[in-house]
Amino acid sequence: MEFIYEVEGGNFIKAGNASSAVKKTLKQLNVDPKIVKRTVVALYEAEVNIVAHAYRGSITVNINARSIRIILDDDGPGIPDIELAMRQGYSTASPKVREMGFGAGMGLPNIKKNVDELNMSSIVNKGTKVEMITYL
Amino acid sequence: MKIKEIAKVLNAQVVCGLEYVDNEITRGFASDLMSDVLTLDTDKMVLITGLANVQTIRTVEMSDVNCIVFVRNKQVTPQMLELARLESLVLIQCEYSMFKAVGILYAAGLLPVY
Repeated sequence: MEFIYEVEGGNFIKAGNASSAVKKTLKQLNVDPKIVKRTVVALYEAEVNIVAHAYRGSITVNINARSIRIILDDDGPGIPDIELAMRQGYSTASPKVREMGFGAGMGLPNIKKNVDELNMSSIVNKGTKVEMITYL
Repeated sequence: MKIKEIAKVLNAQVVCGLEYVDNEITRGFASDLMSDVLTLDTDKMVLITGLANVQTIRTVEMSDVNCIVFVRNKQVTPQMLELARLESLVLIQCEYSMFKAVGILYAAGLLPVY
């Protein structure tokens, strides 16, 4: 099955709404709670990244008997150096993002830790695409 | 210790989730950085934080944490309350500094996460 969510850049009130909805769905599908937690923690960090850095984005969640595959696609400034962005402690977050309790350069490492596969591609001044796969 | 004992030793007010105050908590984690909270995998944990916004609530929701103590007299907003009710969370408002609050909870027997 497939679910699609829209994410608004800069709207911190709504940040996490998609992750919350996905968590409820995975619980309803009786997915192992440990896998639910890993998946939604990674998704929430990625959703916050869209809100923090991009203008808008979409989250597409595909669930089947073998895996949970999530694609986050945003229109935004893009990431010039993905390797650098993956480094713990590296951040380009605004003071507003830090006020929300994020922006310490832990999001991407945290995402990587919690999913089985992480693929990222980015075009500067266009946007970033993140694919996260968790095997069931 | 029970959540109601946490509120009592901190001289603090339970502002949401009164029906869950008999639940047991064994460990505490104090942070204003939500990404640090999201790295944890600990059951029966209370988050002690000075960060009072909607993302604090979302963070504990994703982390399967059910109780938050807001220190430094930070106030819970109506939006936070609404979300917390939906997620069956206990929210506690405490006037003490984070240092004082965690000191009291540690002395009362709450264990660290690491």
